[in-house]
Amino acid sequence: MVPGLIVIAIVAAALCLPTLVRVWSDWRVGRARRRAATPSAERNSLADPGRERRAEQRARELLRSCVNAEEWDMYRDLGFIRVHGGLSAPDCAPSDYAYLIYAHKPIIAFVPSTGELLSEYCVEFPDLTGAISQSRLPDSDDVLAKWMALTGDERRLIADANLHLPGRQVDPARARRDIWRLAEWERQRDRNDSNQATL
Amino acid sequence: MKSGHGEVLIAEGDPAVREDEERLVEEFRRQLDEGMWAAVPTNVSGGRREASMIHQYSDIPDDADRVIFFPRASGG
Repeated sequence: MVPGLIVIAIVAAALCLPTLVRVWSDWRVGRARRRAATPSAERNSLADPGRERRAEQRARELLRSCVNAEEWDMYRDLGFIRVHGGLSAPDCAPSDYAYLIYAHKPIIAFVPSTGELLSEYCVEFPDLTGAISQSRLPDSDDVLAKWMALTGDERRLIADANLHLPGRQVDPARARRDIWRLAEWERQRDRNDSNQATL
Repeated sequence: MKSGHGEVLIAEGDPAVREDEERLVEEFRRQLDEGMWAAVPTNVSGGRREASMIHQYSDIPDDADRVIFFPRASGG
């Protein structure tokens, strides 16, 4: 009985062997193709789950070193930065309108005195080198890029952006709520400053 | 700034040293040729900060301690 089972097992193994070899070979070829199609730098980066977190941490430090204390506190506390517009007509004060800069969202133009939403400027900063086509700037770098482009050359950034009416990508209710949060935040900050001044 | 990486140091040196300056100029041009924008954060009146866009190496303020390159903006 036992010798018979052994013979059957050997015959079965012999019959399956070519199939197993073919499956193994196909798997190796497929793996080699996948590895060849993926640049080594990207493979290494995909294998490092902390890369994005470290990149964002560096980006936050860079942003902090570039903007002033008020803008940094605003970003830290509220998640966006308000930048006053400088493109006003000659008879308008520079701060007649302002922008809200969010990470990876359109820039929102609004009137600070009334809270009226003016427009959305959709803009992005794509990696032109193509080295890492699947990735994008860390959140804080995207905010910093918008901040530098707006404060450095507002006209060019606005000209490069796609202009839309409010509400295309950012919910107007959210934008209005953020404008209200910003006003409350500034009131609180002014109160704290005056309290410290009286001490 | 580099997609997926954040801040990356490209080059550093003392512009007063000729070899360093040549290297910095070369790297500056290479970055702009690759389509990057360059900016220097600066102080303005009233405690405000803003960026100065740099179009050529000679535009860099003497007191600038760094130039930040970031991808060119395009309509999203």
